[in-house]
Amino acid sequence: MSMIASTKRRFDIPALLAWFIIAMAAIALFSPVFSPDFAITEVPRLAICLVLLAILGVRYELGFMRNQVGDLILGLVAAAAAWLLIDTAGRHVGDAALGFWTLTAATWASAWLFIERLANWKGMSPLASRFIDLAIPALFGATILVLWQLIVTGAGVPKVLLPAPSEIWLRLTTSVPILWADFQQTFMKAVLIGYVMGCGAGFIIAILVDRVPFLRRGLLPVGNLVSALPIIGVAPIMVMWFGFDWPSKAAVVIIMTFFPMLVNTVSGLAASDAMQRDLMRTYAANYWQTLFKLRLPMAMPFIFNALKINSTLALIGAIVAEFFGTPIVGMGFRISTEVGRMNVDMVWAEIAVAALAGSLFYGLIALAERAVTFWHPSIRG
Amino acid sequence: MVIDIDNLSLTFQTNDGPVHALSDIDLQIDEGDFVSFIGPSGCGKTTLLRVIADLEQPTAGTITVNGLTPHEARLKRAYGYVFQAAALYPWRTIAGNIALPLEIMGLSKAEQRARIAKNMELVNLAGFEKKFPWQLSGGMQQRASIARALSVEPDLLLMDEPFGALDEIVRDHLNDQLHQLWAKTNKTVVFVTHSIPEAVYLSTKIVVLCPRPGRIYDVIESDLPRERTLDMRESPEFLKIAHRVREGLKAGHSYDD
Repeated sequence: MSMIASTKRRFDIPALLAWFIIAMAAIALFSPVFSPDFAITEVPRLAICLVLLAILGVRYELGFMRNQVGDLILGLVAAAAAWLLIDTAGRHVGDAALGFWTLTAATWASAWLFIERLANWKGMSPLASRFIDLAIPALFGATILVLWQLIVTGAGVPKVLLPAPSEIWLRLTTSVPILWADFQQTFMKAVLIGYVMGCGAGFIIAILVDRVPFLRRGLLPVGNLVSALPIIGVAPIMVMWFGFDWPSKAAVVIIMTFFPMLVNTVSGLAASDAMQRDLMRTYAANYWQTLFKLRLPMAMPFIFNALKINSTLALIGAIVAEFFGTPIVGMGFRISTEVGRMNVDMVWAEIAVAALAGSLFYGLIALAERAVTFWHPSIRG
Repeated sequence: MVIDIDNLSLTFQTNDGPVHALSDIDLQIDEGDFVSFIGPSGCGKTTLLRVIADLEQPTAGTITVNGLTPHEARLKRAYGYVFQAAALYPWRTIAGNIALPLEIMGLSKAEQRARIAKNMELVNLAGFEKKFPWQLSGGMQQRASIARALSVEPDLLLMDEPFGALDEIVRDHLNDQLHQLWAKTNKTVVFVTHSIPEAVYLSTKIVVLCPRPGRIYDVIESDLPRERTLDMRESPEFLKIAHRVREGLKAGHSYDD
């Protein structure tokens, strides 16, 4: 059935990938895999890797087992080949030669082929297809990590320039107490408190501006001015005002998150149309009833936009603000000091933590948005 | 008398100079009347309805609704208003939308439930309480908005081209339902339309307006029986009234511009 789907295309990508795998394996057979002059036969693990990939490519081209079991074997072979390459590369750091790179390319192609086949699986139960929908981006990410690992170790890229994922992972797992303390200091205190206060203040001022028209002319330009302040200039001043600890970082976060929330809420409150407001008038609804029953629900898509924008701004603000004076804990502090000590793997570990925390934060807000604005055309689909 | 309009005018000040939306309107509407405003676009029929509803302020003349100013009448929730579009809130279910005015009025939950059930029954929407507006057809949405207006239990119903956006068949059907509703409840209805058959079929009194300035050209008291069926639209009496409305529209319409 997936044959039909693939023959419709101008290029049969899976078949091309399989040919590519065979070609790469053939080159690897006759080239040195590591310098100085290691042939494939002298590195048994890579010989296994080559045989597996060659069988996989030929099998696919012959059309044998083009079904889900065959596809799963494809995935296992790709994973095994990746593991064999990573393992051998770790013993010959910086010595990779042509054969190694062709095997890397073949492994990458087999992972692509696997994802390509997986995406075309049909007739799955809703749960299984949901799982596959999640697995595809995860596999994609894993492929990138494997390539990163192989290129960095194979080519012997200096650690200061780019550490391998395995080194970052090692650093992450061995420095959990430090990372956790930094996370608490920066994320749980500066980011979350600043975020809640900045968004809350933006929201309340927006209501005020809406309720008292003359403030619209007075406060909105001031808000605009605050948003235009460069964080690099504001952060040291906040450190002077609120001290070295997290309150000064929270203040920077407040300044960064306040304005997006203010502007979005103000335009959200104007989003209801004349007929909807007339309707509330015919019910003799007062200002607050109209606000809570019509205008705030109507503003929710705008408010969630601000919440999402602010979730990333808050993290950036807190980390950058720590560059300008901080106690000896915090993600930004760690990044700036470990860079100075050439411990780049620690910097990457902090980046990984920040990326993970930021994504989860954003994801939670996006989930809340789906629940609250389920009625909006962009979500109800 | 429910509505008494005396020598009423409304002039909008625009950048292009004053626009005489309404000029020298005199009109009386009695209890239980079904009055239609008909006229070409720009004749002020919607504006007149909005003046009754206190959504626009007249610049001259007097108007009373139930003996009160429109403003006082609005604050007493003397009328239900049905707009051109259903204007249902998409985040509320149909039952939730009908509950909206009741919540604002501060009625008890039990009273709200009773009124929702009663009025959804009245517009043949029972069973759709938990649906969201965007899951219903346009005709059903407009019926829900009528149920919402009725749930306030006003004696006066103001309807601004409520069926204008619907197709002919749905429109006939809803006209029939509206007529039965009116006959059953004996409410006073003021109805804006630009469909002649709709106006003649529904009304006891038809007010023909003409534009520039918006004014009343003709008031036709219908001699059709109160009980009506859609078949009556072929009868000579019906066609006679329809003819008079059409003549009024033609004569009142200035084609010079």
